[in-house]
Amino acid sequence: MELVADIVSWALLGAGSVFIVIGGIGLLRMPDFFTRLHPAGITDTMGAGLILLGLIVQAGFSLVSLKLLLIMAFLFITSPTTTHTTARAALAAGLKPLLAPEADRKDG
Amino acid sequence: MKHHRVLRIAAKLLIPFIMLFGLYVQFHGDFGPGGGFQAGVIFAAAIILYALIFGLENARKVAPTRIVTMLISAGVLLFAGVGVVPMFLGANYLDYSPLGATQQSGQHIGILLVEFGVGITVAATMIAIFFQFAGRGRDE
Repeated sequence: MELVADIVSWALLGAGSVFIVIGGIGLLRMPDFFTRLHPAGITDTMGAGLILLGLIVQAGFSLVSLKLLLIMAFLFITSPTTTHTTARAALAAGLKPLLAPEADRKDG
Repeated sequence: MKHHRVLRIAAKLLIPFIMLFGLYVQFHGDFGPGGGFQAGVIFAAAIILYALIFGLENARKVAPTRIVTMLISAGVLLFAGVGVVPMFLGANYLDYSPLGATQQSGQHIGILLVEFGVGITVAATMIAIFFQFAGRGRDE
């Protein structure tokens, strides 16, 4: 049982780390602001979520795991909201996506 | 900010928990990390978030300036009052030992009350500062 929990939690921790690395690479490689927000969002939700899930499995059924679950729930609410707000603020400031039709795009 | 539905719903979900966490930091401060100052700032952050999302006018209804101003001094009064009580019980100013049955429980009660005073003052001051800055050039 201990072994199963260890394997599951390590798999979750590894998957979460992979998502964070993907998010980091995406943040550097993506061409413009809006596409960069996408990998940044992945780091917050999938990366942090899977790592916290792995830690919950490692902690077992206790107060610690409940606290981790709460952190996860709040991350799942707040980080998509911040991504959404950032994108909206950029749009409101006049930044157009790179792939928007040429007529819609602002110079500079 | 009326049209930002996502922001409004996320804020509505989070504000009660921010306030609850502020109270946790306040009253758990003697067992874990925390204390009056931090709790006051967290509690004020909930009100400031409300003001940012739902507008300054609505926030002023939630935390009327008159009450906020009174709370600023009420916290200081609580701090100083808790300090004075031991003087009537034959100890020094801010020496909480005679407040409880034993020295330890007395110190515990004293710290809890004093920190509560700090929390009230800090929260009210933060809210008042934010309202002053946010309302600049709008009214008066």
